[in-house]
This record gives sequence, structure tokens and C-alpha cells, in this order.
Amino acid sequence: MKRTPPWFLTVPALAVGLAVLVPIGYLAARAFDADPATLRDLVWRARNLELLANTLALASVVIAASTLVALPLAWLTTRTDLPGRFVVTLLSILPLAIPGYVVGYALLGIGAPHGPLSSIFGVGGPRLSGFVGAAVALTIYNFPLVYLHLRTAFASMDPSLTDAARSLGLSPRRVFERVTLPQLVPAYLSSVLLVLLYVLGDFGVVSLMRFETFSYALYLQYIASLDRTYAAWLALMLLAITTTLVVAEFRLLRDLALERTGLGAPPKARPRRLGAWTTPAYAFIGVVALASVALPVWSIVYWMGQRGAWTDANELVRSFAGSLSVSAPAAFLATLLAVPMAFLSRRHASGLTHVLERSAYIGYATPALAFALGWVVVVLRAAPWFYQTAALLVLAYTLHFLAQAIGPVRAGLHVATPRIEEASRSLGLGPLATFRRVTLPILRPGLTAAAILVFLSCLKELPLTIILSPLDFETLALNMYAFTTEAMFAEAAPYALSIVLLSALLTSILFHKVGEER
Amino acid sequence: MRTRIGRSTIAAMCIAVLAGGCGGEKKTAEESAPATAASTTLVLYSGRSEGLVEPVIALFEKETGIDVQVKYGNTPELALTLREEGERGGADLFWAQDAGALGAVSKAGLFADLPADVVAGVPELFKHSGGKWVATSGRARVLAYSPERVKPEQLPKSVFDLTDARFRGRVAWAPTNASFQAFVTAMRKTHGEDTTRTWLEAMKKNGTHAHANNVAILQAIARGEVDYALPNHYYLLNFKKSEAKFPVDQVAFAPGDVGNLINVAGIGILATATHRDAAERFVRFVLSPTAQQYFASEVSEYPVIDNVMTNARLVTREELLKSAPRVTLDDLDDLDGTLALLRSVGLL
Repeated sequence: MKRTPPWFLTVPALAVGLAVLVPIGYLAARAFDADPATLRDLVWRARNLELLANTLALASVVIAASTLVALPLAWLTTRTDLPGRFVVTLLSILPLAIPGYVVGYALLGIGAPHGPLSSIFGVGGPRLSGFVGAAVALTIYNFPLVYLHLRTAFASMDPSLTDAARSLGLSPRRVFERVTLPQLVPAYLSSVLLVLLYVLGDFGVVSLMRFETFSYALYLQYIASLDRTYAAWLALMLLAITTTLVVAEFRLLRDLALERTGLGAPPKARPRRLGAWTTPAYAFIGVVALASVALPVWSIVYWMGQRGAWTDANELVRSFAGSLSVSAPAAFLATLLAVPMAFLSRRHASGLTHVLERSAYIGYATPALAFALGWVVVVLRAAPWFYQTAALLVLAYTLHFLAQAIGPVRAGLHVATPRIEEASRSLGLGPLATFRRVTLPILRPGLTAAAILVFLSCLKELPLTIILSPLDFETLALNMYAFTTEAMFAEAAPYALSIVLLSALLTSILFHKVGEER
Repeated sequence: MRTRIGRSTIAAMCIAVLAGGCGGEKKTAEESAPATAASTTLVLYSGRSEGLVEPVIALFEKETGIDVQVKYGNTPELALTLREEGERGGADLFWAQDAGALGAVSKAGLFADLPADVVAGVPELFKHSGGKWVATSGRARVLAYSPERVKPEQLPKSVFDLTDARFRGRVAWAPTNASFQAFVTAMRKTHGEDTTRTWLEAMKKNGTHAHANNVAILQAIARGEVDYALPNHYYLLNFKKSEAKFPVDQVAFAPGDVGNLINVAGIGILATATHRDAAERFVRFVLSPTAQQYFASEVSEYPVIDNVMTNARLVTREELLKSAPRVTLDDLDDLDGTLALLRSVGLL
């Protein structure tokens, strides 16, 4: 097993590891300008601790709630005979496509005496804001991340293990607890880390919900004060915390050895018959879909109906093209890079490969605004011709969202055994051919999930897009956001709807092509 | 199995490339423009939304034949980008949504001087005294209220009245918003640091709701969460445009009250500008009656030059100037002091 990793794995991984350092180097350089007295007022103040406590409380609730929603959904869509699993899968991923601030506006408006809900029923509902509002909105937004990871784990799991456990006399519930759940742990931990990092970094939803977190303070330091120095300190503090979490997750994962020990391809799992449980299952799916998809989409449609005037169709097409032209290559590139990163740390475990793999998470945890500014500084000095090109934006997206792609790939590798790779090598295939013909097919569900995750994230991205995009460049998210900030909701609606439709379309194409749900 | 993945990703890439191709064809309409300046391309960073300024830019391109490449974004993000670009940047112009960001870029020494004749038609009130940037349109701070729950005689005369017990828990503001912060700066300049601190603390104690932005505070009135809010004037007009029955109205405080502060959007030419002449032409054009009339009629803002008709739904510019407090644009420069104050009273 101890082979030197092949160059086609190490070179891309090293490049990523170095690139992730760029924004951190930038932050460190900016932090040096700080004046101690101001630093005490802005950074070392009690309020920041308070905000940190707020953030961690919010993150724990969001993680718990996302798990409670995602785990049943993942099981239902991979392990049962539930009719319409493909649609349920789409519905469980789609919330990821709805920009966080749309969810925020939708939830804020839900109980309003003057809003979408009361326009149908004539009365308002509960008013969501503050901690509860932020937790609900962030759960709606994040449970698909957990879902996608768990789903991948279920799909790549070897069912012969559960069969064996059953034949040894364990009840189905005990089998689930003692055999199935432990196999989900690596994928689950990956997703928890992503959710945690997302909640730690979010400012859009929390500011709408009027719940103040640490990254909200960081964002304000940049945006309200137009300050780069003390904001850099706050960003580095946030990074210190996230690095701790990233390392902690690694420690938890390190000793898990969940590869299959048998030989040959895993047999297909027999679906569990739901029988009388079908109705409650649909009820659960219905409630989740209502809150996470129907409500925000209905808000968008409601905005659209406010006025007959349609947005300039050319503009819509142009921003549609703009979004696609950077998001799709970034999704492709991130998935491509995730393979060596995950593969190295899993199959060629060493201090260096672990650090490289973890570095992707640091890229994800770096606040997007700081991440973008770091690239401005470096690219203008090192390669001015590269500045404000679509390629730079694709690169930035890729590096920032790579962590989202690594999780599903790594989860797939956790359950794919290295034995068949070794068998392939011993039968005379080279490392590249083995990788292509043996490992890659096993990773298929993970690769699909990875590409979808990154694509959807890029589609909604704002700070990187604003700062690094080429001139005369538009995306759906940019236009949508610009209109909502001017209270031009009717104009914003077609863009919001396009984001959702494009995401749904691409997600279903990818799933369809891969043909997992057949 | 492998080929399947390959095919779907390749399909996605093809769509992307095709889409990119379509995106690149947008400028064909302007090709017929006069040949005089055909080779000139201006680079504009616009913190003002495309929906607000694009028609003006298109008209400029059509009239002059100068191509304008725009980077749209939030004003603060663009200001930060300009500061990081420094002298390596390639932008000719920065058009910002608020005076604070223009002040920061100006203080960082990134603006070139605006020639006096370019800004000749603009009153002193709307010019940066150092000649680095000029206002392009104005918007007023107003009091928004719910006409259903507030009778006209109950409306406060001054922004200082809002600390009164009868407004407890009924007012919304947006402390993180640049326009609100400009208003606080104005209050510090006109009434002093202590009065401002007292007012902020009293407002906070009176249960004033803090929201993310101007849009959110108006929606809070519509939702019935509060009865009053302190926004800029033109958001409500946008709401009413899409929905005539939007249940919010707005009004100015008594003449001279600091609550009636006029905020501005403005533009400056960057020191790195490679096309200084074309950039000056652009500034001239934005200050021309045509462009100013557009801002007044379509964006419902106040023009910065004389003899432009203001939107029928607004007070006239003369009335606005009469009701506005005595504050210059330079007074609004001291953002740091305001942020420190807001932080110390726990609003940031």
C-alpha cells in the first residue's frame, strides 16, 4: 500500500494547496498595518466573544435540524421502494439552488399581514426573525448539503454487510444502528463540516433575520468602514476557529477504516418495502418541500405578479449565459481537482497529503470578500493580464468551493476498497489506467454530487463575482441581488426564477445521465 | 459508465462555451456609432445598480461613440477593490451610491482632480470642496409611516421627537446602512457629539427596531411590525411603482431638521485613468440636463443642476433644499467618527 503517489495526483494537489495560501498571505500582510489601540477597540472587545457564542449556538442548531431533515430523506430515496424517488431527490437538492436572501425574504414575509401568504388566505402566520428565523432559514439552505453527502454514502454502501448482519440475527433497527449508521459517519462528518463553515461565514441570512454573528461583524467592518486592516484581523480570527474545526474533523475521521473487504463490485441493495409507512413518508417530504422549495418559489412568483412589466429579455439571456459560462467550468474543474485531493489523503496517507486535502477547507472557510481581495492584490502584481478574466473568476470559484466537492468524493473512497485497485495493478494495468477503469466508476455518485454542489454554489455567489468578474459581465445572481436592494422585486423575480430553473435543470440532467435512480 | 460522466460534463461545458459566445455579442448595436472616438474604451466601476444607470450609459455610448465597459457591484465592495488595485488598476471612473465611499477613495488619493469647467453647472452644495468628485443625483432622508396606523397630526416634527415614549417600539432604522450613517455624521456636525450619542442611546432604549437595509425597514411597516421608519425617499417610490397599494407613506420633518439630510450618489475620475478626456466627457454627460432629467423622472431622485423637472411624486428641488439641514458634502467625510460612536452605543 505504501507507494509513492503518482505525479498526476501530487501536482494538482500541491498547486491547490499553494493557491489557497494566497488570500491568507494577503490577510496576514494587511493585519500588519494595525495600530494596537484601535486593535483593542475593534478586535479584542467583549462583543466579539458574544457574537462568537451566538454563531456557535446557531451552528449547532442548524446542524441538528439539518440532520433530522436530511437523514430520513436520504434513506427514503436510496433504500426504499418509495414511488417518485427521483422527484423527491430533486426536491431535496433544490433548496440549495435558492439564494439564501430569497429564503430570508420569503420567511420574513410569511407571517406578514401584507405578503404572499395573506394574499391567498387573508391572514398572516407566525413571524420568523432573530435566532429562530436565522436557524430555520439556514437549515432550509443547508440540509441539502447533508442530504447529498448521506445519499452518496447510502448509494456507495455495500449492502452485503447489512445482509450479513441480518442473517446473524440482528433486527432491522439494530442493523441500522450498528451497521448502516457507522458507515455513514465519514460522509456525515464531511457535510457537518461544510454546514458549520457555511453558518460561520454567512452574513446575508443573519443580517436579514436581525441575528448578529461573528461574520456579520466582519462583513460590516469591510462594508461599513471600508477598512482592510482590522477586517483582516477579524477574518484571521475566524480562520483560526475554522482551522481548529477542520483539524478536529480530520482527527475524528482518521481512524475510520470502512473499506469493503470482499472482492468484486458491491451487489445492488434490495429496496426496503415501505408499506403502511408510505403515507407518513410523503407527509414528511411534503412539509419539507413546502417550507424549503414551495415557499421561496411562491415568493418569487408573487414578486413577479406584482407588475406586468417584464425584464429586458436580452439582459436575462445575457446574464443566464454569464452565469453558466463560469459556474459550469468551475464545477467541472473543482470536481476534477477533488479527485486527487481526496484520493491522496485516502490512499497515500501522509502528513503532507492530509495537509493538502485540508487546505481546500481553509479555502472554503476564508471569507469570500477577503478571498477575492487577496486575488486582486496578487494577480495585479504577478500576472496583470490574468486580471478581470473569466478564467480568474472560474479559478477563484474552484478554489473557494473545492471543499464542497471533496466531501462526496472522499465519502465514496471511504467505502471503495483499495484491494480491487491492487488487483488491477497486479493484472498489469498502470496507475492511471487503474484509476480510470477501476476507481473512477466507484466514485461516480460522489462525482455527480460534487459537481452539483459546486455548480449551485457558484450560481448564487456574489462577493467573488462582484470583485473578480470581467468587465461588462453579468450573472443571474448579480442582477437579482441588485434589483432586490433597490426594492425592485418585480424586476428581480425573473432572475431568481432562472437561478432555480437552471439549477433544477442541470441537477436533473446530471442525475439522469448517471442513471442512478432507474 | 465512465463515458457517461464524460458525456454529461462535456455537454455542460459545450452549453457553457456556447453561452459564453452569446454573451460576447452584446455590443453589436453600438458599432454604427460615429467613428471619431471609436477606439476609445472607458472602464467604469459602478456601485449604482444597472437598473438605475444603464440607460444613461447607453445614451452616452450612442452620442459619443465611446464604448463604456462597466463593472457593476455594491459600492463598498468596489471601493475596497479600487483601494487594493491602487495604481495598478485600470478603471477610469468610479460612480458610487454614497458620499462615504467616495470620501474613502478620495482620501486614499485615488481620484484625479475634476476640471472646474466640467462641474461648473453644479451648486457648491453638491461638490466635493477638494474638487475630487461631484454629486450626480440626490436623495432625501425621510420619515416613512403607516397611513393606516398613524394620523397626520401624530407625525413628529423632528427626528429628535422619535425618542418620545409614544414611539416606543414603533420605529425601524438601518444602522448598518451607509445613508443612515451619513445622517448620523450630519447630526454630529450640526448638533455635536454628545447630543447625537444621547439621541442614539434614547432611540435604542425606546425599542427602535434595527434592520439590514432601507428595503427591510419599509417592509417592516408594511408587515405591521412597526409604524415608522427612517429610510431614503426613493425606495418607497419603487415599491409603489410595482404595487400602487403598498401600505406606506412618507413625509419630511420640519424644515432644517437634520432628519431631512440630502444624501448623494457621485462620480470621480481615477488617477489611473488612461482616457482622461473621454472620462471628463462622461462626467459632463451625467451632469447634463438629459441625464439629470432621466434621474429625476425614472429613478425618482433629485437632480443636482438647475432647471430640471423633478418627479411629480416628489417635492420640488427648491423645497427640498429649503427643508434640508445646513450640511456640506465634506462634513459627511468623517465616517470613522460615526462608526466609532455607533459601535460604542452598541449599534454596530
